[in-house]
Amino acid sequence: MSQTPIVIIGNGIAGTTLARQLRKRSDQPILIISKESDYFFSRTALMYVYMGHLTWDQLEPYERGFWKKNKIDLLRAEVVNIHHEQKIVELHDGNGIRYDRLVIATGSTPNRFGWKGQDLQGVQGLYSKQDLEQLEAQSSTIQQAVIVGGGLIGIELAEMLHSRGIEVTFLVREQHFWNNVIADSESRMIEQHMQEYGIDLRLATSLKEICGDENGKVEAIITEEGERIACQFVGLTAGVRPNVDFLSQTALEINRGIVVDEFLQTNLTDVYAIGDCAELRQPQPHRRAIEAVWYVGRMMGETLALSLSGHKTPYAPSHWFNSAKFFDLEYQTYGNISPTPHENEAHFLWQHPEKMLSIRLAYHPKTEQFLGINSFGIRLRHACFEQWLNEEVSCSNVITRLAEANFDPEFYSHYEKNIQNAWQAQHK
Amino acid sequence: MAGTTQINQTLGKNSGLVLGLLGLALLFLPFFNAGFAHSTTGLVLSLSLISVGTVLYSDFLYRKLPAGIKNNGVWFDGLSSRGILGWFVALALTGFYIALYFYPATLGYHSEGNTGLVAFFDPLSKMLNGNAATQWFVYGALYTLAILLFGVKFIYKYRHNRYQIIRTLSVMFFQLGFAFLIPELLALFHPDTPYFAKDLKNMWPLNYYFFESWHLKNMLNGGGLGLFMLFSGLAMIFVVSPVLTYLYGKRWYCSWVCGCGALAETAGDPFRQLSSKKISVWKLERWSIHAVLVFVFLTTIAVIWSFLSSNPNLTSFSRETFVIGTVLFLLLLMGVIYYYKRHELDKDALYSFLSIGIIIVGTLCIQAFSGEKHILFVKSYTLTKWYGFGIGAAFSGVLGVGFYPLLGSRVWCRFGCPMAAILGLQQRLLSRFRITTNGGQCISCGNCSAYCEMGIDVRAYAQKGQNIVRSSCVGCGICSAVCPRGVLKLENGAVEGRTNEPEFPLGNMR
Repeated sequence: MSQTPIVIIGNGIAGTTLARQLRKRSDQPILIISKESDYFFSRTALMYVYMGHLTWDQLEPYERGFWKKNKIDLLRAEVVNIHHEQKIVELHDGNGIRYDRLVIATGSTPNRFGWKGQDLQGVQGLYSKQDLEQLEAQSSTIQQAVIVGGGLIGIELAEMLHSRGIEVTFLVREQHFWNNVIADSESRMIEQHMQEYGIDLRLATSLKEICGDENGKVEAIITEEGERIACQFVGLTAGVRPNVDFLSQTALEINRGIVVDEFLQTNLTDVYAIGDCAELRQPQPHRRAIEAVWYVGRMMGETLALSLSGHKTPYAPSHWFNSAKFFDLEYQTYGNISPTPHENEAHFLWQHPEKMLSIRLAYHPKTEQFLGINSFGIRLRHACFEQWLNEEVSCSNVITRLAEANFDPEFYSHYEKNIQNAWQAQHK
Repeated sequence: MAGTTQINQTLGKNSGLVLGLLGLALLFLPFFNAGFAHSTTGLVLSLSLISVGTVLYSDFLYRKLPAGIKNNGVWFDGLSSRGILGWFVALALTGFYIALYFYPATLGYHSEGNTGLVAFFDPLSKMLNGNAATQWFVYGALYTLAILLFGVKFIYKYRHNRYQIIRTLSVMFFQLGFAFLIPELLALFHPDTPYFAKDLKNMWPLNYYFFESWHLKNMLNGGGLGLFMLFSGLAMIFVVSPVLTYLYGKRWYCSWVCGCGALAETAGDPFRQLSSKKISVWKLERWSIHAVLVFVFLTTIAVIWSFLSSNPNLTSFSRETFVIGTVLFLLLLMGVIYYYKRHELDKDALYSFLSIGIIIVGTLCIQAFSGEKHILFVKSYTLTKWYGFGIGAAFSGVLGVGFYPLLGSRVWCRFGCPMAAILGLQQRLLSRFRITTNGGQCISCGNCSAYCEMGIDVRAYAQKGQNIVRSSCVGCGICSAVCPRGVLKLENGAVEGRTNEPEFPLGNMR
């Protein structure tokens, strides 16, 4: 029996999770279309290929026989339009593919703010497989690079270029690195760590323009303050935005991303959107409409798999969690914690006097209810915080039980006692 | 500024490399009967240069940089990515092992008086055990030196990780003390006893000749020390090992104590990423490791049977008692596994059943069809010789170490070690050890799988939020170390709930 397939545009973590989870629950044909790569790969690990930790093959979490064995069809093609009345996606070669239901999971694309010179040779963002290939080609002969944009991709790119012996100048527009997410004292720790590696960090510095030579290659940048910094490469890492430009001719409701309801459904019948490209019409309290992180893509894929296999399920993620690594410094977060405490939020901070270790907890100033935690250099158990946030325990309870949540390797020094003492000293 | 640091670092590294290679070159001089041959000064100079060079190299390679994961360029370096240098080292190592096992004379070993490399080590051997060196003494000394020096390098590399530091100190200690110094000194103080193994930690079946007729006789005739080694050997097999494996998993042995593991974890560390993670290779591994297990059990039962046949008066029990006892023990083992695993009889449990079943049938066949000098239809002597050649030499040495730069550092441990097979079986079925996956934090990057020397696709479990409970895991802890998101933790805990299969990783839907 030949059935019309569920067509997924995009083979990233959202689309792939959907396909896998759907296959466990349904026999309907599934087709994944990707412009970017033949097989699913871990986007978060692109940096490790450039640094020589991993080979390209190792980025693929499933062996290539997996897809055939699980009857998930893969197609390398670019979708240029969607004809929702006929239920057809149109490919770049003019061919059309009929779908039963369509899922758009096309991820993000790097932001470009119309800087002068942003199209010069040697200027690029870092998001896709093609970006990595371009970086490999462009960076083989350079000595100096400038990175613009103080977020996670920026610091990753700094680490990547540094690993190849390239001198890196890192322009961060804000007063402190990543200070729209973390507090200044933690930002400072990361900043010092970057400097320890020899990264030339320029805080509160913005890009004015990128200058090219007569061949259209980048040769310097100029900051808003007028400083000229010579470089042969510019990395633009000022965030990402939903990759939805190719859908502009369709009848899809698009704001910044493709607008979806709580069931991840778009305004068009049988068309869904998940992952970075989806914008929730009504996000949960404390959550953003677009959350361009790996975990959210995966969870949207899981949720939609239930809906598409007959168990209509709203997207209702549990407590926020995330993680990152800044050179050697690991970061984990659970629950809600602002960079600076807002009205109904108080903070408790413990930092090691010498080592790069810090824990910051957010709690309600009146009820003392634990709200969230940022941890640097100490690994924490997800399951504990999921449970404690569910149970709405108090902050002092979390601090008393912190050892239960320690996820560091065996024999590591423990600081729970120090943390408890510091808490008690503050809350006599 | 960054430039000068880099130049200094390269300079320091290279001077270490030159010193080390110079020391290594001195080891070859005796082959040309150059001046240093047979001189203690030569040996001391050579070993010192190698040591200083290696430590200097490691110091500049790692310690001059901020502490953290040091895998930059692993796949760009020919040595660690099967490049020309990797193939060259593999050929050199393999050649050395072939010479060692099959042509010791080429290394200079002659019972009437050594020459060449072996003679170079005569002074050290005389100092430690009172006799001229053998090729095995040279091998033991160089093997120990490699573990110590590359152990230092490894500690520099992972100086931010106390699990790695303590574990490495442990393998260095057991190699230097238990495997090298103590046996040599025991030989020095007991010059007249017949030969038997004196490395306490090297238990059967890794020490495959423990139950061979000559070895049992030598232990029985070896006075107090011989009896001590016999009984402590038996205690290790039947009491110490099962208890420790239950409490901590097989890592207590494979990556904390074992000599093979010690070399793999130290000298073999640059090659750990070369092990294959393919599902097909995992299948091969399971067949191969269980086949070795069956083979070693049957061979051992056979040699004990023939020992009891030919020495009826030496012990108090007959070969019939032995066969009945063995069969009962194995049936009991099957019963225990069935009792604990009857609700989750997965592939590993079935493989174990199959293996034990074959061993039982084999044992009964030995009883029924064997005679004084032959086991089944093969001469018992031939059987043990094959085992010694196939497993002891070809597999563990030539393939196991010689192919480090091609197949990774744990080929022997993964496909051929009978000890690892037994411990693995217990680890999978009855142990408190597991690697816990931290909820939904995995980003599928693949560092854990890539740097697993045992070829376990760790990511396959972690990205599903599943704990990792695999028989082959030696608990080296590198997956946990290289994980950029703090997802993996080696833990001992309740056996109940050790394995989990969540519908989705933690974090979605309350």
